[in-house]
Amino acid sequence: MNLALSIIVQTALLLALAPLVSGCIKNWKAKLQNRRGPPPWQPYLDLAKFLRKDMVISEHASWIFRAMPYVLFSSTLLAGLMVPLVSVSAPLSLFGGALAFVGLLALGRFFLALGGLDTASAFGGMGSSREMTIAAIAEPALMLAIFTVAINAGSTNLSQMLAAAQGPTWKLLNPAHVLAFAALFIVLLAETGRIPIDNPATHLELTMIHEAMILEYSGRYLALIEWSASIKQLVLMTLLVNIFFPVGIAVNSSLAAVGISSLCLLLKLFGLAAAIVVVETTNAKLRLFRVPDLLTTAFVLAALALLSTFLFQ
Amino acid sequence: MDQLSATLLLKAALWMYVVAGAGSLLALRKEKLANLAGFGGATLGGLCGIGAALRFLAGPADQDSSFELWNSLVPYVRLTVKLDALGAFFLLILSLLVVALSIYSLGYVKSFYGRKNVAVLGSLYNGLLISTTLVFVAANAFFLLIAWELMALTAYCLVSFEHEKPEARNAGVLYFIMSHIGTGCLILGFLILFQAAGGTSPGDYAFDRFRAIRDNLSAGQRDAVFLLFLFGFGVKAGIVPLHIWLPVAHPVAPSNISALLSGALIKTGVYGVTRVLFDFLGTPPNWWGVTLLTIGTISALLGVLYALMEHDLKRLLAYHSIENIGIIFMGLGASLMFLHTNHPVLASLALIAGLYHTINHAIFKSLLFLGAGAVLHSTHTRNMEEMGGLIKRMPWTAFFFLTGSVAISALPPLNGFISEWLTYQSLLQGFGTTSSLVRIMFPLAGAMLALTGALAAACFVKAFGITFLAQPRSEEARHAHEVPTSMLAGMGLLTAACVFLGLFPTTFLKLFDPLTLQLTGERLSQRLTLANGLVLGTTQQLGGTVSTLGIVLTGLCLLPIPFVLWLLFGRRARTRIGPTWDCGLRGLTPAMEYTATGFSKPIRMIFKALFRPRREVQREYDYSPYFAKTLRFESHIEEAFVTRIYRPLNRGILRLSRRMRALQAGSIQAYLIYIFITLLLLLMFAL
Repeated sequence: MNLALSIIVQTALLLALAPLVSGCIKNWKAKLQNRRGPPPWQPYLDLAKFLRKDMVISEHASWIFRAMPYVLFSSTLLAGLMVPLVSVSAPLSLFGGALAFVGLLALGRFFLALGGLDTASAFGGMGSSREMTIAAIAEPALMLAIFTVAINAGSTNLSQMLAAAQGPTWKLLNPAHVLAFAALFIVLLAETGRIPIDNPATHLELTMIHEAMILEYSGRYLALIEWSASIKQLVLMTLLVNIFFPVGIAVNSSLAAVGISSLCLLLKLFGLAAAIVVVETTNAKLRLFRVPDLLTTAFVLAALALLSTFLFQ
Repeated sequence: MDQLSATLLLKAALWMYVVAGAGSLLALRKEKLANLAGFGGATLGGLCGIGAALRFLAGPADQDSSFELWNSLVPYVRLTVKLDALGAFFLLILSLLVVALSIYSLGYVKSFYGRKNVAVLGSLYNGLLISTTLVFVAANAFFLLIAWELMALTAYCLVSFEHEKPEARNAGVLYFIMSHIGTGCLILGFLILFQAAGGTSPGDYAFDRFRAIRDNLSAGQRDAVFLLFLFGFGVKAGIVPLHIWLPVAHPVAPSNISALLSGALIKTGVYGVTRVLFDFLGTPPNWWGVTLLTIGTISALLGVLYALMEHDLKRLLAYHSIENIGIIFMGLGASLMFLHTNHPVLASLALIAGLYHTINHAIFKSLLFLGAGAVLHSTHTRNMEEMGGLIKRMPWTAFFFLTGSVAISALPPLNGFISEWLTYQSLLQGFGTTSSLVRIMFPLAGAMLALTGALAAACFVKAFGITFLAQPRSEEARHAHEVPTSMLAGMGLLTAACVFLGLFPTTFLKLFDPLTLQLTGERLSQRLTLANGLVLGTTQQLGGTVSTLGIVLTGLCLLPIPFVLWLLFGRRARTRIGPTWDCGLRGLTPAMEYTATGFSKPIRMIFKALFRPRREVQREYDYSPYFAKTLRFESHIEEAFVTRIYRPLNRGILRLSRRMRALQAGSIQAYLIYIFITLLLLLMFAL
């Protein structure tokens, strides 16, 4: 019963919070660039609008095209349920840890890329090809950084990793942590399609990646895909802030602890969002074949993090 | 009763194959009958084989299952068969595949009617099954080598089965040569062991004897044996850099045979390595494990990278076999390293990871080859650039191929995810087993495994997307049709196996208990199973847990959310079917679709140091290069191992043999002198 309740609460939280974070990033980015920008709650309105709209489906599309939004949505939510959000124990922590988390995101991406190919449009194929390539070269950095934390915690279970991070040995400037954080931050930018790698604001440009894959989607399906994308972003950001800054996370389920924890989480998320906004505003998009250099940097950072664990233990 | 049944079933399986092979040959002119006898009989044999393996693995640990297959007339040769846990596990893999493949073949072989000799195909197929089964159950080195050679010969015949095509002939010859270099190493390895065991009586060839003398071997002998067997079995398994025959030989065989070659035959290499390293040679030095782990990592990465560059569907799958053998070797290598540092529990975990991946790979790779065979059957091409849109024309094949793709990409909730999860866990826990710098290898190997997995996912998005989705790219693909029911049934069986091994790993893990007990002295399944058998854990308390079944059930609970959203917002929304947006042109044509080569271009550019891509573009135009009348485009990548290692080696051997020609004067006197000198040298050496 407790499990069911925590699953429901966390699902609701993920669904409700994700568009807000996306909206805030968009709004702040506009502010920083001296534009007025859409209000932070704009993504909610967009989702409601998409849900109400008619859909046009390509004549070439198969059932993969129709199944994809549901697979993506469920797998992203499932991955989100494995991440500790406000309480140390995530609802699905028994069913899978870091490896299942990465696997579920990959499952969603697999179908997303297939959906891109399904409509016979060259844009879709281009997007799928780039998405899978970038994901592939981001993967080793992501895994190595996760391994570094997992080796310190002695577990791949995200709740256990968080519990270990909360102990008295936690230091803000532990070199292994700083380096792993830097690596994961770059991976975060790649995985969520942020500016040095992909530009979330482009539409119908030859540089687009995520947008190219979902070009043929409309209405309800588009709403699910956009929602999944913002949930994925929220989940990855949460993972980053909670593991590297485990401040104020609720250990028990008393109301006060949960309240403080939620507040802390919001503050930390906004902090990270601000960092993303600054990076996005101060950088230009990289050429596609420069992206591997950036991701190799992330890999090297993660490897250094691992080495420093080795040195300082 | 139990022991009787296991051996009895094994005998029944072997006889069934014999009868099926002979029956197929007897019905030489009656194709339908030959098909039914050859492949129907093999199905029954496979069922008996599954029964034997399961009976044995579920039975008591100390059962005796040895018997003489035949009273050999040749001195020194004893055809002793003995089923043990390791052999039974591989027998299970083989027999599982045999059942599915034989059912598939009943329909597939029909396409050979009137064109090729079905009776010969059926008997060779059964011959291959007999010899492979005997490889797994042979109880002495002599018998193993005989079965090994029989297997290589029948496999050679099957690879070159469509011998009217030059590529099939060449592939057969390459396979034959590589296979024999490997066998040569095996013979040397066994001779060293034989010598150490006394080297006088026929009993010194028995595997039991090898186990008994493991402490008599000197360090140098052990290392020599390790290297010889790694090379010998490695050729068969297809590890880098001994892999070059594999992507050539597997694709040219008929597709049901390709599935058997990639699914079961290369596993004989894995069997051999496990048998020798874990069973015969006792506690290994550290560098063995390090070598295996390194080779595994390199094979996995290079296998998938080369696979990405292929647009021949079957060659792509063959390269993926190299990748997966690499992943299996990573597990085995890690296990050896843990044995060295005396961590038997972890060693068992890594061994289970490797062997679990062995059975998984056997299943999904066969499934994918069968899918490719079905596509080939309908479109008559292996070239992905001429396919497309098949999901609408062959819906079931597409579904089965998709399941196989998800499984091989190690995505939850299917079986590939489980075995890679176990591999990751054993690698991660390996970090704590030693304080030397070697431990840095474990997470790095894990990161490379992650890269491999993600590249495999990219490769299968390409393989499935280009083959089955979007518009058909050729007339043949446009007129493709679904394959007969028996072929679908074969693929369906393997799909079900993928799902079962993915969702219920804790049930399946029990079969590993006798195996790990035999090789590392631990029983692990109890300790890996948590929460009433629903959750897979690692042996350590904190380690990590996963439950694919739990993930799937929770996922099903989440599905009402989109439905509720539809109820709240979208009930009035309608769905229209329309054309894909075509940038204002007059309709999209298949030529505008993304191609397989285009799909993998970013990866080709990123890893250009490895591939050394070369391209040639020729344009003919009247006024401006932008308005070309004709365009010819060619692109190549370098097969580094062939051009850098094998060609120079080949040239060297040819040069040497030209020099040696001077010795072959052709006069009998000279030859007599050679014999005399050799005899003299041998006598000097012996005294």
